[in-house]
Amino acid sequence: MAKRITLGAVALLLVIASAYASFYIAPEERTMGVIQRIFYFHVASAWAGFTAFLVCFIGNLLYVWKRSEKYDWLGVSSAEVGLAFTTVVLITGPIWAHPVWGIWWTWDARLTSTFILWLLYVSYLLLRTLIEEPDRRALLSSLFGIFAFLDVPLVFGAIRWWRTQHPSPVIMGGQGSGLEPTMKAVFFFSVIAMHVFMTFLIVERYILEKTKAEVDILRREAEAQ
Amino acid sequence: MSLFSNTATLLGKELRTEFRSRELLTTTAVFILIVLVLFSFAVTPGTEEARQFAPGLLWLAILFASSLMFQSCFLREQTNDTLSSLRLAVSDPFSIFLAKLIANTLFLLLTELIMLPFFALFYNIPLWSKLPVLLLVLLVGSLGISIAGTAISAISAQARMRELLLPLLLLPLLTPVLVVSSLVTGNLLDREPIIQWKGIAFLAVFDLVFLTALWLFGEYLLEE
Repeated sequence: MAKRITLGAVALLLVIASAYASFYIAPEERTMGVIQRIFYFHVASAWAGFTAFLVCFIGNLLYVWKRSEKYDWLGVSSAEVGLAFTTVVLITGPIWAHPVWGIWWTWDARLTSTFILWLLYVSYLLLRTLIEEPDRRALLSSLFGIFAFLDVPLVFGAIRWWRTQHPSPVIMGGQGSGLEPTMKAVFFFSVIAMHVFMTFLIVERYILEKTKAEVDILRREAEAQ
Repeated sequence: MSLFSNTATLLGKELRTEFRSRELLTTTAVFILIVLVLFSFAVTPGTEEARQFAPGLLWLAILFASSLMFQSCFLREQTNDTLSSLRLAVSDPFSIFLAKLIANTLFLLLTELIMLPFFALFYNIPLWSKLPVLLLVLLVGSLGISIAGTAISAISAQARMRELLLPLLLLPLLTPVLVVSSLVTGNLLDREPIIQWKGIAFLAVFDLVFLTALWLFGEYLLEE
């Protein structure tokens, strides 16, 4: 319990610190002005969301291999948390896009791919609600999760065929891209903060799922008597 | 070797079941036809606009039709309780998937061939000179749809609300196929046609990725 509270407190402090840093420490961007500061939150959430989906994929693979229900709990927890972060990305994106591009939504490549990613994991969670038997639910949703994750690079690749309006990658992009050093420091600090926050959420959700399974067993035992 | 002979036997069974009734083929062909006609009411037909939208619409119609067509794929085995005997009959459960996905690809291609003349007629698009490449695009695209569709129909057949669940799981998964095959078909049917070999190669990669995934994980899909 103490560990959970510590992790929560650290996550909270880091998120507050990264919010402070992105507003007061990072320099103002020349052309976009203050709205660019949402970048630290937007991209960091995107990275945290992708990491959560990666954790989900690993959980799915381990479930199919080991058949231990704890990997199923890990799968569903990280899928839900990843979905929450992706939702944040899809909300903060238009908030940034409206003043900069002049429109809320455009069928740009990365925007669209993220939306498809979001839909894939919504389907994953939906599938889980439609299978009653726990073992079957765990196995089939794990397999769908594996297919969905394999599909992600294909979705990204395919949508790249469209012309894109998104700012070309500033992190790990080509020549001439890159961030001013303070901006970079603030950005990576935000990424770390979001990852700690994501870990905290997954741990909490995992414990909830575990408790749920235990209650389920107890209920069944009570009904059997 | 037994994988191929098993697959051939099972494929024969799939084809015989379908061609006895031809239910799947006729309903799917009529469905695609309805979508094509309805679409002409949504945009003014015969215009340059309709011409531009037509390839995308064609693939969208194929995608929707496939999500109807694959419903019965594993459901039929379940209602007749034949899945466990099928599993006992073959040494490698992958051959069940292989037979089903080849059959699905054949059915899908057949319905596409039935409606291609109507498509050319309705949207005033000359197809004849581009037919060989178009058939290749239809083949790699439909193969991808069938591979993913066969896998997903094995999942959805074991859940509640399966009729609704199959398109819900399958359609987002097929986004890459829709994006690339619409683009390739669009470029091919343009007034100045371009053959996008890179796109065709991409579709082949999609097929390969999902075929490998099915080969690795297929047997777990059929666990009792």
